[in-house]
Amino acid sequence: MMQKVFTRPQTLKDCPTHYCPGCGHGIAHRLIAETIDELGIHDRTIGIAPVGCAVLAYDYLDVDMVEVAHGRAPAVATGMKRTNPDKIIFSYQGDGDLAAIGTGEIIHAAHRGEQITVIFINNAVFGMTGGQMAPTTLTGQVTTTTPLGRNVEQQGYPLQVSELLALLPGAIYIERCSLHKPALIRNAKKAVKHAFELQVDGAKGFSLVELLSPCPTAWRMTPAKAIEWMENEMIKVFPLGRLKG
Amino acid sequence: MCGNEALAEAAIIAGLDAYFGYPITPQNEITAYMSKRMPEEGRVFLQSESELAAINMVFGASATGKRTMTTSSSPGISLMQEGMSYLAGAELPAVVVNVMRGGPGLGNIAPSQGDYFQATRGGGHGDYRTIVLAPSSVQELVDCMPLAFDLADQYRMTVLVLADGILGQMMEPVVFNKNSKLKTQNSKLPPKNWALTGASNRKQNIVRSLWLKEGMVEQHNYDLQAKYKEVEKNEVLCEQYEVDDAEIVVVAYGVAARIVRGAVNRARQEGINVGWIRPITLWPFPTEQISKAAEDFKIFLTVEMSCGQMVEDVKLAIAGKAPVLFFGRPGGGVPTVEQVLEKIRQLTLRPESLI
Repeated sequence: MMQKVFTRPQTLKDCPTHYCPGCGHGIAHRLIAETIDELGIHDRTIGIAPVGCAVLAYDYLDVDMVEVAHGRAPAVATGMKRTNPDKIIFSYQGDGDLAAIGTGEIIHAAHRGEQITVIFINNAVFGMTGGQMAPTTLTGQVTTTTPLGRNVEQQGYPLQVSELLALLPGAIYIERCSLHKPALIRNAKKAVKHAFELQVDGAKGFSLVELLSPCPTAWRMTPAKAIEWMENEMIKVFPLGRLKG
Repeated sequence: MCGNEALAEAAIIAGLDAYFGYPITPQNEITAYMSKRMPEEGRVFLQSESELAAINMVFGASATGKRTMTTSSSPGISLMQEGMSYLAGAELPAVVVNVMRGGPGLGNIAPSQGDYFQATRGGGHGDYRTIVLAPSSVQELVDCMPLAFDLADQYRMTVLVLADGILGQMMEPVVFNKNSKLKTQNSKLPPKNWALTGASNRKQNIVRSLWLKEGMVEQHNYDLQAKYKEVEKNEVLCEQYEVDDAEIVVVAYGVAARIVRGAVNRARQEGINVGWIRPITLWPFPTEQISKAAEDFKIFLTVEMSCGQMVEDVKLAIAGKAPVLFFGRPGGGVPTVEQVLEKIRQLTLRPESLI
């Protein structure tokens, strides 16, 4: 008899996404959906969609969700968790959202030790607006606003937000993973699940998983080339591994 | 009690679940009071890292169906405009108190009414409104709070309570009464079935303000405008005094209206036929009441602690039927009874006596 061994998580809606070919958001969504299913928290999870390509995450993740102003997700999450300590609150934020306009909010949410889970998608550019430089853009990387490549004297160095956050006592779990290889995706799943588990267990503090994610469209690469670039360039600047907890 | 503490207690009595705020003068007594009283009640108090964060914490708590508020003063309210626009777009209830101070910029910490335009025109980006309540005594400030929460829940929008440094700091006796004198037309509040509470035995709820498909934001705006029309129809509050036989009508709100009241009483003693109109809701504005008062020829004088903002709404209401004059002092200047009385006296002068 045929046995079904792999299926779509219930929390992931059965619909095509608007994401570009080779984009990492679909994988990240799936990891979150699998986690929510496995932990049985579908009926008490509230998600926060960012401004960025994942603004429509509520079209794909079948939980209660809110869409908020650019960068403010950690403040919104704070308002939700403080008034609903029994709910599981997660924000899903890109690097433009979290590492540029929302640095104040993310640092203070971590600093206060808010019991929320943040999934931080780092693709080294502003994706939705067409591939501008982000604080996370690599040195020398060409974007629409660094046509000659990021020059550290002019535009500063790539910002390693996870390393910064790991310094704060309020942050209990910070890990950087990548979505460019199957083995790494399995690690990423473990990390995402751990971050949610901490909240489910009522652990006192803030957790964040940074996911390096390909953006072939904004990088002006084929999906295959994008994966190579992540392996050869991106993980040098953003080394993988557990930074805290 | 001082106005700031009194409004805080009134909000707690009105069922405030969570308060988020950032320090700014002249409203720091609210945050201090909340930091003590909210935990006593087992409710949420949080001092945010900025006004941007405070209004977004309000956004988060409100999205889950809680009664929530923040308070600030003029520069902080400017920072909150982003969040207030999102609250309007997502149709979330919220209460925001602005204890106004002198501006623009950092200005000063003295009382002012310089934020009228910002308060009554939406303030942030997009075609939206907030309900604006403008109390003129500490008791009325207290009475405003339950009304503010009810209106916010009724219409799923932000209600702005517009006070100023005098109202916030001054002490007056107050009575905390659940049955406030100020009431909304609708006593039954709609259920919050849109709130994010976890999709348990129901479909997913989404709170959003982005609608990408062609025509959807246009339609969303028409829907919002229909709601605002209802507010305009049902929720205007205004007080008037001796307007019927008046030759001069003074229009003022908030603390300026108290000064006007004193000046009008003295002018009446001098035999001048003068009355006043005091809008309690600045939006919706008592256009009809003011328009009606202008049906018989009268001279209107608007008194504000600004360079003249509400006077534009008074002129729109009167629509050229009568002359509208203005007296005001901006940037922390407070008109005195004597100054307003002198303006009233000047308006009684006939052309021949000017020669």
